[in-house]
Amino acid sequence: MTRIAAAIFAALVAVAGSADSGRRSTERVPLPVIKIEKGEACVAPVEEMRRNHMAMLLHQRDRTLREGIRTTQFSLKNCVECHASRKTGSVLGEEGFCSSCHAYASVKIDCFECHTPTRQTRAAAAPR
Amino acid sequence: MTPERRRFLGWTAAAAAGAALAPGLRLVELALARSPEEAASTLQRWGLLIDIEKCADCDVCVTACHEENGVTGHGRPATDAQWIRKVNLRDRHTGFAQTLPLMCQHCEHPPCVDVCPTGASFKRADGIVLVDKHTCIGCRYCVMACPFGARSFVHEPVSGQKPDVPRGKGTVESCTLCVHRVDRGEIPACVEACNRDGGKAMAFGDLNDRDSAIHRRLRTEPSSQIRADLALNTGVRYQGL
Repeated sequence: MTRIAAAIFAALVAVAGSADSGRRSTERVPLPVIKIEKGEACVAPVEEMRRNHMAMLLHQRDRTLREGIRTTQFSLKNCVECHASRKTGSVLGEEGFCSSCHAYASVKIDCFECHTPTRQTRAAAAPR
Repeated sequence: MTPERRRFLGWTAAAAAGAALAPGLRLVELALARSPEEAASTLQRWGLLIDIEKCADCDVCVTACHEENGVTGHGRPATDAQWIRKVNLRDRHTGFAQTLPLMCQHCEHPPCVDVCPTGASFKRADGIVLVDKHTCIGCRYCVMACPFGARSFVHEPVSGQKPDVPRGKGTVESCTLCVHRVDRGEIPACVEACNRDGGKAMAFGDLNDRDSAIHRRLRTEPSSQIRADLALNTGVRYQGL
């Protein structure tokens, strides 16, 4: 009897162990790629940017389009200048700064339906 | 009043007028190069004056506009976007032919703004009529309302836009008077191209500024609006029509 109980216990441990190792090897959702190619610091602390970048862009867009105020600090053009990948020159794509994080958070962005996702200054001309 | 005193007063008045004029001229320069933090102001009203007599049989304005704004077609003229086009006029009786560029007329009372259900079609403080594509739902009421046929609908996905000129499928667009250039203190691409490679027929300026060349010409020379009967007070004026 004790032998059967020990065998069941051993089998359970083995199953649990394999399930655990399986979870570790294939993450259900891959973590976003956050590779910042240019610039020392963003326009605001990282925590604030993660929470509020959409609000900054929303206010900036109305000020720029409706009133003609064209400060560059919170402009989408400025975001793309720093955050575009040096390889592809874009913030979209598999390792794109915008798209990979938005895919992780499952939030659809439609900025780039109209706005260009590519950096204008050539990657070679914008090192750092 | 003695003649001497009268003369003295006359000279003083002239000197005062000169002193007043100089800062006025300087203000114009400053106004042209508005700082990025400053909002567009109702003190200005941007407009064009197009002399049809000089308008050559070319399309440099159209090419320059579409190059500047990244307006590319798909080889389908019926649906491709068109911000500016050349219109050929011919008198049926005399055979007299003319050609002119036609684009958004930047009306003071724009019908496209009246009909827009979302407020996407709007007039900026300095008189430039624009589409806020963030709120445009693509209903195309404005396309119907515009008496000049100036607006286009984007039917197909767009890529490779210019950073200053976002364009996308499902929204309406038209001439922006190169608002991104105007905000930098530059003139619209069509005007620049016309004066460089074309017939030097186009002029850009502030219709409210009495010291500007465009104001002086409108004040002293005959000019006309297209569809003046609609009383829209267009910002684009023509000569020789």
